[in-house]
Amino acid sequence: MALATTSPARVKMSVKSAIKIYDTKSGPLSALDNYSMDIGDGEFACVVGPSGCGKTTLLWSMAGLHSLSSGHITLDDQPVTGPHPQIGMVFQEANLLPWRNLARNIRLPFEIKREKPDQTWIDHLLERVGLTDFVGKFPRELSGGMQQRASIVRALSFKPSVLLMDEPFGALDAFTRDEMNMLLEEIWLETRKTIVFITHNIAEAVFLSDRVFVMTARPGRLAKVFDIPFPRPRSLDIMATREVFDLVNAIKAEIQHRPTMTTSNRTAGAREGSAHG
Amino acid sequence: MVDKQLADKIPTFERGRGNGQADQGVSITNWSALMGRGGARQFGEILAIILVAVVMIGGAEGLLRGLNVPQYVMPPPSAIAVAFYTDFQFIWEHLLHTLVELSAGYVLGAVIGLILAAVITQFPFIEKIVAPYILMLITMPMLALVPLLILRFGFGYEPRIIAVALASGPMVMINSATGFRRVDLAKIALARSFGASTFQIFLKIRVPMALPMIVVGLMIGAIFGLLTAVGAEMVGGGFGLGNRLTTFSSMIQMPQFFAVILILSFLGILIYVIFFLIGKKWASWQA
Repeated sequence: MALATTSPARVKMSVKSAIKIYDTKSGPLSALDNYSMDIGDGEFACVVGPSGCGKTTLLWSMAGLHSLSSGHITLDDQPVTGPHPQIGMVFQEANLLPWRNLARNIRLPFEIKREKPDQTWIDHLLERVGLTDFVGKFPRELSGGMQQRASIVRALSFKPSVLLMDEPFGALDAFTRDEMNMLLEEIWLETRKTIVFITHNIAEAVFLSDRVFVMTARPGRLAKVFDIPFPRPRSLDIMATREVFDLVNAIKAEIQHRPTMTTSNRTAGAREGSAHG
Repeated sequence: MVDKQLADKIPTFERGRGNGQADQGVSITNWSALMGRGGARQFGEILAIILVAVVMIGGAEGLLRGLNVPQYVMPPPSAIAVAFYTDFQFIWEHLLHTLVELSAGYVLGAVIGLILAAVITQFPFIEKIVAPYILMLITMPMLALVPLLILRFGFGYEPRIIAVALASGPMVMINSATGFRRVDLAKIALARSFGASTFQIFLKIRVPMALPMIVVGLMIGAIFGLLTAVGAEMVGGGFGLGNRLTTFSSMIQMPQFFAVILILSFLGILIYVIFFLIGKKWASWQA
């Protein structure tokens, strides 16, 4: 297991001492507490943590949809103060507009930006994710996996350099999720976007990322950063290896605030007949 | 036990394909028998529909004639059909008058209602202040104002058009407001992430999201408008279908009276069908 000591060579996006407190009827609610992280250029970073720990708050702040109570977010050393053309977002459950077919859903960013879509690029993306024949379909006519692939095409259509993904595959079944993870890695290797990916599925985070940022339960603080050293492209076979098992366990332990248990000390413990944590 | 409704249905995510139900737009009843995609394809169904119609009309005819019910109490369907055929030349002019009042008042009321709904829902504070007055407008019988309007505007189109607008506008408004009040934070965030302005969010997200409810409001408003137009014509003024109703009934011309009722029913159904089709085209995404 490798604990992160590396920091990225060239920082693409940076979150510094982010604090976010929401005003609610039952009093102030602290979602982010002094959270900091640097994301390298072209890095695939995952943020994991228990539900309701402020992951989405973090991502929405990075996308400029939210303002922080205090702290800074920068993209290429420039402060992010609002929605940024270099940032593409992929939402939970695809978030396609149900009254538009796929082609018109993908055209939405260009309508809003009043730009002409790069149809060759969009057609390439559609072919890449296998949706070429479905552009005339409405979201309700597509499976969850297809919807999410369409939303990835929509996010990449205007060529952002950063992709922020908010639990995009959370609602998918396990098989589709594996499929989507592999597709996403392929697309990332092809385009080398900087990706910040939020999930509460630790195995998914380990499979996808260069580094995993572990967030604590509310208020969200940075607990630990894990380097994921496996070579790319990765195959789903690595998920069955002892290294991944130990890494997943270590991350789980970090989230649950309990001592790390690896396969080695567990078997050792079993041999000695003593119980661990 | 296999559920009867689920037997032999392909569990598909393509809603509205497998069962011919889910992709109806705005509808109160199941109209698939007349116009739906999954409708009366089978000969048996069509036969049953025709059979029931024949039995209903024929039964009424037989009963009224058999019991010797006088025509001034209730004319048989055949007499109404004859009156419709022979007297339509004296009625159609009045139909046009009613249509003029209805469309003018409705367009006026619907446009104002829509604009008010769109504006008010953007400001919850204002909404709270005006809510009681809107409720008052909706519950107030606009027909009661017609004598007053006639005093002020005379026996022409004006009082009727105003009454129609006052009746249909609030209906359009309250339903549209329900639509505009829907907020889907994720969809607004989506548009914002592309840099959308508040106006663009309104245009690209809020309006399409409100559309199904707007269509419902427009339909109810049109039907209320029709009722009010006819009612206002019965109160005063020498033309319009409502005026024909009072005239024919005072002259005990019951077949003609019911011929007018028939026309009014057709108008109501026509309004419903028009908005059903609009809803199907523009709001069918909402299953």
